[in-house]
Amino acid sequence: MALDKNGIAKRIARELQDGFYVNLGIGIPTLVANYIPEGMQVILQSENGLLGIGPFPYEGEQDPDLINAGKQTITYTTGAAFFDSATSFAMIRGGHIDLTVLGAFEVSENGDLSSWKIPGKMVKGMGGAMDLVASAKNIIVAMTHTDPKGNSKLLRHCSLPLTGIACVKKIVTDLAVVEITAGGFRLLERAPGVSVEEIIAKTAAPLLVEGTIPEMES
Amino acid sequence: MNKVYPNAVAAIEGIADNMTLMLGGFGLSGIPENSIAALAASGIKGLTCISNNAGVDDFGLGLLLQNRQIKKMISSYVGENAEFERQMLSGELEVELNPQGTLAERCRAGGAGIPAFFVPAGAGTEVAEGKETRVFNGKLHLLEHALTADYAIVKAWKGDTLGNLIYRHTANNFNQPMAMAGKITIAEVEELVPAGTLDPNQIHTPGIFVQRIFQVVNLEKRIEFVTTRPKP
Repeated sequence: MALDKNGIAKRIARELQDGFYVNLGIGIPTLVANYIPEGMQVILQSENGLLGIGPFPYEGEQDPDLINAGKQTITYTTGAAFFDSATSFAMIRGGHIDLTVLGAFEVSENGDLSSWKIPGKMVKGMGGAMDLVASAKNIIVAMTHTDPKGNSKLLRHCSLPLTGIACVKKIVTDLAVVEITAGGFRLLERAPGVSVEEIIAKTAAPLLVEGTIPEMES
Repeated sequence: MNKVYPNAVAAIEGIADNMTLMLGGFGLSGIPENSIAALAASGIKGLTCISNNAGVDDFGLGLLLQNRQIKKMISSYVGENAEFERQMLSGELEVELNPQGTLAERCRAGGAGIPAFFVPAGAGTEVAEGKETRVFNGKLHLLEHALTADYAIVKAWKGDTLGNLIYRHTANNFNQPMAMAGKITIAEVEELVPAGTLDPNQIHTPGIFVQRIFQVVNLEKRIEFVTTRPKP
């Protein structure tokens, strides 16, 4: 069975390590914060100027001066730090962020990523995504394996305007965990009950499958 | 030396048609809303506005867009504004989209006297079109140029009569780098205090960058997306 959004987030949370500074993008990536393992200290960065994102505030305690990059009201954790946008992107550009998780429209087999523009339909801007993907040491994409029409979002070449080139290291979808290697997409894990054949059929690029592919542990 | 102005209308004096402005804020957080209201009432037009976002339809820079006062926007993210999208798609509004960190650094560099710098963000994408490139440490970088403005307009939490500023929480954002990059920088502050009141160790923007300061009135501080959890 394909994973839901929370299932994808839960699987990505297994990539976290104690002491990691992590930037979570808008959408599914934000949900990863709900699955940080007990006893592990992970500090979440918000590119609008906060290290130490906390949970949503209690009703009535929202503060207009305290929002995340998705412009939602949030709180901050003990030991948090605030800073300006230039400093925030110094952290990002300088390679100080251990893990970046973001959504995508398309990923190509060499790790190119499209996530910010659909010509003629949607132009909202790239926000911080281009800065993040150009400089992050480790980038995981969280997305559905196919679009609503059933077209694969894993491609030989991206068809939409790029956010970054050769930057994605790993993709976690509702069907599979796929690694980007020098030889293209490599299947690492499959969602519980999803066959390797189904994943191959729904991936519009060659997929390296070596040995038995285990089911994802959540 | 007198940097203190009575209100936004007085503080924006000198801003004229076809000038370039920087406006701080991220989304609606930390935007100079008193100054934007004064600009909206002024009828000044043909503005180039450098701002991370473009407000929403009826608040923030959305007010200036509605009045057709903006000729060009330099931003990183412009969602959540239908009028903006309409003007952009119809060609009425010129839009230059920058990666957010590049935009912040262009402002900081403008204030710091660095005319241009190389960054990896946008390499290999349409952002790179027409830009000089260079490989450093095996990685492709783009030459990005600094930004300055005729007027930079920022919002701070506290400020003193010498223009020293302290921002609050994530309302700092673009205000701090932009405050450095205005030929004239106008700061609107929630609390204006006599020089000597603020702890010099806590100042974010030293007063040298600020030429005009005033205390805001009737702040709305609108929230774009209120997200909460129930009290236990």
